[in-house]
Amino acid sequence: MSEYKVLIVEDSPTMRQLISFALKRLRGIQICEANDGVDGLKKLSVEKFDLIFTDINMPIMDGLKLVSLVRNDASYKETPIVVITTEGAQEDRERALALGANDYITKPIQPNRILDVAKTLLKIA
Amino acid sequence: MATEDDKGLHSKAEEFLQAFKKGAEFTSELMRENERLRYRVLQLEESSRGTEGRSEASEESRRLAARIAELEREKEEILGRIQEVEEENQDFATRYVEIEQENNNLANLYIASYQLHSTLDFREVLQIITEIIINLIGAEEFAIMLLDEKTNDLQAVATEGIEREDVPPAKIGQGVIGEVAKSGESYFVEDVESYVSDLSSPMVCIPLQIKEHVIGVLVIYKLLQQKSKFDPVDYELFTLLAGHAATAIFSSRLYSDSERKLSTIQGFLDLLTR
Repeated sequence: MSEYKVLIVEDSPTMRQLISFALKRLRGIQICEANDGVDGLKKLSVEKFDLIFTDINMPIMDGLKLVSLVRNDASYKETPIVVITTEGAQEDRERALALGANDYITKPIQPNRILDVAKTLLKIA
Repeated sequence: MATEDDKGLHSKAEEFLQAFKKGAEFTSELMRENERLRYRVLQLEESSRGTEGRSEASEESRRLAARIAELEREKEEILGRIQEVEEENQDFATRYVEIEQENNNLANLYIASYQLHSTLDFREVLQIITEIIINLIGAEEFAIMLLDEKTNDLQAVATEGIEREDVPPAKIGQGVIGEVAKSGESYFVEDVESYVSDLSSPMVCIPLQIKEHVIGVLVIYKLLQQKSKFDPVDYELFTLLAGHAATAIFSSRLYSDSERKLSTIQGFLDLLTR
């Protein structure tokens, strides 16, 4: 039985696979994938997640809008959100954190970085 | 007569008494001497016991010294072993980091390879190559150029960060891009950080080739802000892209062509059988 449920919101199949691949090294992880912000919100409305990874630049609804909406939802107020993006500028980082993201990872990403962040936010030793 | 006898008896008694007294004195003297000798014996015994104690203490001291030396040797051995274990531990830690890095690199390569061969749709293949270059390598401006075998020109078929029309076509053997397409050898500028973007002279140019046959090139003009240099895994990704991206592009093109031809033939057959 899975202990943690993680939602990956990302339009790139390559990135979704890379993030899933990294997270699968953790025991008891169940991964759910969404193609964009709207798809992510749909999945969040029917299932409870312990951690959310989201890209910023996505069609239909971007990651920052998703972060903002999720943080305004009482049931997801405390759920950690990690933003993964190509935007490496400090102001982009500050903006995402100000909206309620817990961490900010810039591309290109390494699987161990994803793993470390997930372990920290899920409080896995 | 009797008196004579009495006198003689008395004299003998006197003599005997004298001899007895002397004997008693001698006995007393012997007893004193005996007492003195016994005392002396006791003194000597005590003295002897003291000497034996010192000898025993000396023996114990030697035994303890030997034990200390033995323990010192054991301590040295243990310290040596601890040092060896610490060195081994350090080696394992270094090796662990290397294996972790290798694992990360293999994950990237596996995913890139998996994605490249996940479709036979030409546009999707180009999209996947674009995703790999952005997400796994960290490039911001780049182009995928394919060779038109009729004109021998390399034309951009997909770009990121720049307009496709802005990328000038390259002739085989001319300029950096043309030379890479001709030689099949990858090109990297010496100093990535000081490179100034030039659409006809990219930062990186990777030939897309199937065996010796070059079908196009990947050209990179700019890296993401947070990426200042290439890592070892990037070169492995470039090598993978050079072969696998070429195969994926070639296969998808063949598939698209065959699908189109099949559709045309099917159309003719439908017309003939009506």
